[in-house]
Amino acid sequence: MKVEITVNGERTSADVEPRLLLVHYLRDVQGLKATNVGCDTTSCGACTVLLDGESVKACTLLAAQADGLEVTTAEGLSPDAEHLHPVAAAFRAEHGLQCGFCTPGMVMATVGLLTENPKPTEREVREGLEGNLCRCTGYHNIVRAVLAASGQDPDGPREDGHAELAPAGGVEAAPGFSTGGDA
Amino acid sequence: MSIMGTRVVRVEDPVFLSRGATYTDDLTDERLTGALHLTLVRSPLAHARITSIDVTEARSAPGVVAVVTGTELDIAPALLFGGAHKAMTRPFLATDLVRFVGEPVAAVLTEEAYQGQDAADLVEVDYEPLPAVIDLVEAASDATLLFPEAGTNTSNGFSHEKEFDPAFFEGCDVVVTKEIVNQRLAAAPLETRAASAVWGDDGRVTLWLSTQNAQSARDEIAGWLGLDAATLHLITPDVGGGFGAKIGADPEHALVVRLAQQTGRPVRWNESRSENMTGMVQGRAQRQTITIGGNREGDVLAYRLDVIQDAGAYPRLGAVLPMFTRMMAPGVYDFPKVESRARVVVTNTTSTAAYRGAGRPEATAAVERAMDLYAAEIGKDAAEVRRRNLLQPEQFPLKTKGGAPYDSGEYEKALDMVLDAAGYAALRAEQAKRRENGEVVQLGIGVSVFVEITGGGAFSEDAAVEVHADGTVTVLTGTSPHGQGHATAWAMLASDHLGIPIEKITVKHGDTDLIPRGQGTMGSRSLQTGGVAVHKAAGELIELAKQRAADVLEANVDDLEIVAGGSVAVRGTETAITLAELADREPLKVETNFDSGAPSFPFGAHVAVVEVDTESGKAVVDRIFTVDDAGPVLNPLLCEGQRHGGIAQGISQALLEEVSYDADGNPLTATFADYGIPSAAELPSFTLLDMATPTPLNPLGVKGIGEAGTIGATPAVQSAVIDAVSHLGVRHIDMPLTPVKVWSAIQEASK
Repeated sequence: MKVEITVNGERTSADVEPRLLLVHYLRDVQGLKATNVGCDTTSCGACTVLLDGESVKACTLLAAQADGLEVTTAEGLSPDAEHLHPVAAAFRAEHGLQCGFCTPGMVMATVGLLTENPKPTEREVREGLEGNLCRCTGYHNIVRAVLAASGQDPDGPREDGHAELAPAGGVEAAPGFSTGGDA
Repeated sequence: MSIMGTRVVRVEDPVFLSRGATYTDDLTDERLTGALHLTLVRSPLAHARITSIDVTEARSAPGVVAVVTGTELDIAPALLFGGAHKAMTRPFLATDLVRFVGEPVAAVLTEEAYQGQDAADLVEVDYEPLPAVIDLVEAASDATLLFPEAGTNTSNGFSHEKEFDPAFFEGCDVVVTKEIVNQRLAAAPLETRAASAVWGDDGRVTLWLSTQNAQSARDEIAGWLGLDAATLHLITPDVGGGFGAKIGADPEHALVVRLAQQTGRPVRWNESRSENMTGMVQGRAQRQTITIGGNREGDVLAYRLDVIQDAGAYPRLGAVLPMFTRMMAPGVYDFPKVESRARVVVTNTTSTAAYRGAGRPEATAAVERAMDLYAAEIGKDAAEVRRRNLLQPEQFPLKTKGGAPYDSGEYEKALDMVLDAAGYAALRAEQAKRRENGEVVQLGIGVSVFVEITGGGAFSEDAAVEVHADGTVTVLTGTSPHGQGHATAWAMLASDHLGIPIEKITVKHGDTDLIPRGQGTMGSRSLQTGGVAVHKAAGELIELAKQRAADVLEANVDDLEIVAGGSVAVRGTETAITLAELADREPLKVETNFDSGAPSFPFGAHVAVVEVDTESGKAVVDRIFTVDDAGPVLNPLLCEGQRHGGIAQGISQALLEEVSYDADGNPLTATFADYGIPSAAELPSFTLLDMATPTPLNPLGVKGIGEAGTIGATPAVQSAVIDAVSHLGVRHIDMPLTPVKVWSAIQEASK
């Protein structure tokens, strides 16, 4: 069957098997490899993309279900390595990623979360990202990144009252050395 | 001024956050054009005899190029762990017997990925079920044998035939013994296993593999296939997490290489998560009997640890890990007497190997449980009983009763720091108040003090640093990152010597043609071996550059210094030459090796504060305070990231995760829907405290940090949950401390 899907602002179309998953349409038909597949039970969220602006898991949708709709992937959010979307930049500044496999999905889920709730509390961030698993970071710095991306100070007061003990993130100046970026 | 200790954001991230990292399944290398997709038919039974395999229908399914069974496969069964019983070999595709659910039985190769599962479903395998052996004690009894020709289920052991000394606890006022479980866990890296192979006209094969150590994987696969290791060019793309489970190669990887050879086509393999949860090696899986004796004042006089390790169906790295558990048995404590033994048995389950900590968390969990049980028995505060028995700084270096050569440690300082930060006395007061008021939600406080081994077993690592004529630098390393941030950290180390900014430094790893020797990244070894090797290579390169510059500048070597930007200058003058200019005259490269000769022993202390709902049994970690002392820190951002990840996995072992099987060996946790990987909602933010005790074993004084969190957090959280309900009469609950287990323990205690 033929599908027409706008991906990262560009119209795409292809003849696909009816059973083709959206995530495989993105990865294998369109060659957009940032979106990953981490499970087969809609549990991990590595495949999260925006469908008409709302975060969805692309392993649980057929390409056919996205016919006529707009999909945004991590590639569409940050056009290249020099121009990171503010959410992606916050993930870098707060070291909210390690192996990077969950990261595109986590960033897309964050964009979805902040669209619905622009100033979430720590608890709301944690619950808002419940559908996205990360095995590396323990979420500590992901939560910081989301708070920072929402314009809040990740070292500021938290509703649990323990914030004064949370370690500072961010980047220090290193006289005489580059710290690898302006984040 | 040194860059050591500076928070530097990762150079890896801009690409990871835009077009994404390039994992093995993302490769678009043109050599893989037209690759066949490998799908494996796996055993649905834990223990069975194969009576027939019919591939006729599968072979005629759409897109099928080949269906291969074990009898058509040119790979001989192999002993995957050299120390195991020689009869416990694994076939690469089972022919006669299957010994765990998920064991590969046939290989299907198709033009398109989706066609693979369609065809695999058409392969008809008839099985005659055999009794499954799941329980470790039953396995050790040899009532049902996995390998009848071995005559035993014991794969190997560590003093396992020795009888314990019946007089071992003589003179103790109090002796407590308990059988406890250190449950089986799935490493569950978000990227499942993947490999792609293509044979070239030159008779060599290129294999892209998601692994933690390319060179070891190359050697293992070459060994299984009977190839000269030089035939394999192994390349490690970005790796989406490993946690120990991607150490070396797996049998499936050898299949990919051989099937590419047999079909004459490139082959790609990327397993599903369900396959991963049964096919990839798993961790922990020990049953332990702990016995501790001492006086009523709180002095431990004797400690005994008896271990049965589950190797799974085919012994692999898990079969050697009890060696570390025994070595670290006494942990941070100065026990007068320690004895231990360990037996490794096979069961009809997935093979075990390393998982973050690999043998050491099992030792710490055992001794910390023992300390809690002993403290409870004599009615003293668990933190104080720990303090009373700690090794003291003036005792270092020392050889422990477990046989470990501890390099440096300040355990009491770590304990004090974490108790202070947590406000231990105030927490106990809050706990007393809640108990007095009979509140439904009780407070629990758990303390652990731990020491572990890092860089164990592989002390040596190669590094090369080359400055190019355009001013850029290439660093080659035998370590192999999968999330740790080596590209940033190693560039910092090189930059520190060369004065060249890290943007101009490229770190290369995991390509066996480029870097033929290397040990990879595991056991928290990278910085103290590979990082130090880069530091050493860059230092040697500076010496070489100074000698050459002395000739060019007609200066005395002793008057030369490196200045920022990467130049050699005559001190106090404007006379200088850049490293790039020197490289333009003559290649400027140093290859070196660093060998620490021994492992290091990082340590720390954790306090977990949990709330337990005594009506539902649900435990929630409210706060966790950790000291994880791994010596001086290179990049706090990366170091804290390692600590966070480890703490999360530690909390998760204590509360959530367990790979489980029913009595017939059917896995009950074969998907992420069933296995308890925590989300952000199940975890708190962590409070990290800094302490840095250098090791004398390397010039940077650094130890490893990758596994500290799992080792310290697991027993602290377990202890905290039990502490929360100890006033109700509960002394012990096995991990994971799920609501039903906690609730049942409360009910049992109230009877």
